[in-house]
Amino acid sequence: MRWFVLWLFVATASWAVEPDEMLTDPALEAKAQALDEIIRCVKCRSESIASSNADWARDARLRVRELLDAGATEDDVLNVFVNAYGEVVLMRPTTKGANVALWLAAPFLLLLALFVSWRFIKSPRPVAEPLSPEERAELDDVMTTLRKHDDA
Amino acid sequence: MLVEFGHFTLLLALIVSLVQTTVPLYGAYKGYGPWMAIARPAAVLQLILLSVSFSILMYAFVVSDFSVALVVKNSHTLKPMLYKITGVWGNHEGSMLLWCLILALFGALVALFGRHLPTTFIARVLGVQGSIGVAFLSFLIFTSNPFLRLQFPPFDGTGLNPMLQDPGLAFHPPFLYFGYVGLSTTFSFAVAALLEGRVNAAWGRWVRPWTLLAWLNLTVGIALGSWWAYYELGWGGFWFWDPVENASFMPWLISAALLHSAIVVEKREVLKVWTILLAILAFGFSLIGTFIVRSGVLTSVHAFANDPERGVYLLGIAGFFIGGALILFSIRAGTLKANGAFAFVSRESALILNNVLLAVSAFVVFIGTIWPLIAEMAFGRTLSVGPPFFDASFTPFMIGLAVILPIGSILPWKRAKLGRTAILAWPAFLLAALLAMFVWSIGSDRSLLAPIGTALGSWLIFGSLADLISRTGRGSAAARLRRLTRLPRADFGKAVSHAGFGVTTLGVALLLAWQVEVIRVANIGETFKLGDYDVTMESVQRIDGPNYVGEGANMRVERDGELVANLFPEKRFYPVAGTPTTEAAIRNGVFADIYVVLGDKQDAGGWAVRAHIKPFANWIWVGAILMAFGGVLSLSDRRVRITAGARKSTQAVAAQT
Repeated sequence: MRWFVLWLFVATASWAVEPDEMLTDPALEAKAQALDEIIRCVKCRSESIASSNADWARDARLRVRELLDAGATEDDVLNVFVNAYGEVVLMRPTTKGANVALWLAAPFLLLLALFVSWRFIKSPRPVAEPLSPEERAELDDVMTTLRKHDDA
Repeated sequence: MLVEFGHFTLLLALIVSLVQTTVPLYGAYKGYGPWMAIARPAAVLQLILLSVSFSILMYAFVVSDFSVALVVKNSHTLKPMLYKITGVWGNHEGSMLLWCLILALFGALVALFGRHLPTTFIARVLGVQGSIGVAFLSFLIFTSNPFLRLQFPPFDGTGLNPMLQDPGLAFHPPFLYFGYVGLSTTFSFAVAALLEGRVNAAWGRWVRPWTLLAWLNLTVGIALGSWWAYYELGWGGFWFWDPVENASFMPWLISAALLHSAIVVEKREVLKVWTILLAILAFGFSLIGTFIVRSGVLTSVHAFANDPERGVYLLGIAGFFIGGALILFSIRAGTLKANGAFAFVSRESALILNNVLLAVSAFVVFIGTIWPLIAEMAFGRTLSVGPPFFDASFTPFMIGLAVILPIGSILPWKRAKLGRTAILAWPAFLLAALLAMFVWSIGSDRSLLAPIGTALGSWLIFGSLADLISRTGRGSAAARLRRLTRLPRADFGKAVSHAGFGVTTLGVALLLAWQVEVIRVANIGETFKLGDYDVTMESVQRIDGPNYVGEGANMRVERDGELVANLFPEKRFYPVAGTPTTEAAIRNGVFADIYVVLGDKQDAGGWAVRAHIKPFANWIWVGAILMAFGGVLSLSDRRVRITAGARKSTQAVAAQT
C-alpha cells in the first residue's frame, strides 16, 4: 500500500546534495551534510533536506553552507532555521516543554515494564506437588528407556 | 455484466459475513449446536464469494475493461501483463478488496484446519473473524467500491507509471497484507478465549502457528519494501522511520513478542493474560497502521489516500475492535490464572524480558509516530519526529534483545543454573569477542559501531548454533550428531530465525559504520577514488528505451588495476508519465555492494556522480529472509501440523481440566 504514490515524493527526490552546492573544505562539508540530515524540508513530506531534491531543499542546503562558511556553529544554523520556520524544521525534536515526555518515554516505559515483570516473576504461584516415590521411579524408568532408544 | 456480478458477489459476501458473525456467536452463547455449525460453511462460502469478486476485478484489469473507473485510473493497454495483474492491488480500492479476500482466506483456513477445535470455541473464533469481515466489507462497499463503472469509457487508461512496474514493489503489498490480516486470526482466537473465559496450554498451541504465519509474511513484506527502497530510490537508504513504515513495523514487533509469549502459555501455562493482550494489540496496531496509511492523517512520503470520510470510517473500525476487545479483556482477564511456577533464572523469565523489550520498543515507535499529532492537538506545537529520535530511542532495545537472546534461548524452563548455561554459551561468546576484536583492529578509528555490531551479530549467530548443539544432550559425538538430525524442525526454525536476526544486525551495523560516499562531478575519461576502488567514467551514451529516453554512463570499477565491474547507471525520462527516474547501477557482493548513480549534466562540463560502497548491505535482507525461513521451518514441524488439527490437544485439555 505504501508504494502507491511513493515515487512522486521520494523516487524522484533521491538525489541529495549536488556537487555544485558542496563546500570545498571537506570538514565543513561533512558538518553541512550532518546538518542536512536533521533539517526537514518543510515543503516535502517527512523528508530531510539531505534526501529531497525539491527547490526549497536545495536553497536550504545552500543556506546551510553559506552560514557555515561565514563561521556559524551547528547550533547557530539550526537556530536560523527554527526562527524562520518554527521547530517543525527539526527532524530531531527538541527536549523543551512537553517533548520531555517523548524523550523520556523509552526509559520510563522500560523501567516500568521491568518493574512490573519483576513483581510478576517474584509473585508467589501455586507450586506443583512434588512427585511421589512411585511416580519418580516411573519417570526414571521412562527416561532410561528413552535414552537407550536414542542411543541405539 | 461480469463486473456487476463481481459487485454482486461482494454484496453477498457482506451478507454472509453478517450471518457468520451473528448466528454462531449467539449459538455459542445459548449452546445451540446447529447455529454454531453455520460458522464453518459460512467462512468457506465467504472465501468463495470474495475469490469470485477478486477474480472478476483481475479479469477487468487483464482485458483492460476501461468501462471500470478503477481500471482507467490504474492500468494502460501498454502495461506488461504482470503489472496489469499487480495493478489490481496497486490502488486503494483494489488493495482493500485483496485485504478482504485474505481476511476471508484466513477465516476459511481456520474453518478447515480447526475441525477438531471445541465446537463453541471455533464458532466464536469464526464469529469474531466474521465481524471483522463485516467492518471491512462495508468499508469497501460504501466508501471504496472497486466496481464503479464509467458512463463514457475512454480508449485507454492513465495508469502507466514506470516506477510502479517493479517486481520488488509488485509483491510487497500482498505479503504485508498477509501479515496484517493474518493477525486478525490471533485476535479472533484471543477474543473467543475471553468469551469462553478459558485460556490453557492448548490455546497457546492453536494460536502460535497463525501468529507465526502472519509474522513471517510481515517479515518478508517489510524486507521487500526495504530492499526496493535500497535499489530503486537511488541513494542506498534502507529504512526511513517514515510513519507508514512504522505502521508495518509496530505489528511486526508485537507479533514477534506474541510468538514468544504464546510459547510460554503452551509450555508452562504462564503469561496467559499478557498473551491475550498482545494478541489484541498486534491486530490493533495493524488497524491503526491501516488508518495511518489510508487516512493521510500523518504526513508521510507514502501518501496513499487522503480522504477524510475513509479516515473516519477506519478510525471507527479501529476504535470499535480495539476498544471492544480491551473492555472485554478488562472484564475477563481477572478470571485467567497462571499455573506454572518458575524461578527467577529460567526460560520463562528470559522470554518475559524478550517481551518487555519488544513490546516497549513497539510503544516507543508508536509514541514517536503519533507525537506530531499529539503535540499539535494538545500543545499547539507543529513539530517533526524524524530518524534521529527513533535511532536514539529504538536501537537500545534491539541491543538489549541481542545481548540476552542467546542466553535466554538456551536456559532451561522452570529453574535454571546460569553457570550451566554459560558453559554451553561461552564458545559463542568467545568467538563473537574475537571477531569484534578483529573488526576493531582493521576498522581504523571511525566508530565503535562496527565492533559492537559485529560482537552482537556474531554472538547471535554462534549463539543459535550453541543452542542447537545444547539440544543434542550428552554422549559421544556420533550419538549427538544422530540426535541433532532427529531434532524437531521447530528447533531448527528457532535457530535459523535467531541467526537471521544476527545476520541482519551485522548488516545494519557494518553498513552504517563502513559505508563510503563520493559525490562529485566526473568528466568523461576521468578516474576517481571510491574507497579502495578506482572508478572511471568511460563514456556517456543516449538511450532510447521502449517508453523512455535517457542517458547512461559506462563506469569502469577497478581495484589495484584489476577490473571489478562495469556499471551502467542510467537517468531516464518517461514522457507519458512526465517523470524522471534514476536507475542506480549496483554490483552486489557478499561483503560490499558498489552503488553508482548518475546525476545531471553540469553546465561547466562533466556529470554529477554519486558513488557509494555499501558494505554488507545484502546481509540485511538475507537475515530477514532467514528469519522468515525459520518461521516456515517451525510451521512445517510435525507437532504444529498435528496441533493445527488439535486432535491430541483437546484430549490434553480434557485431561488437565
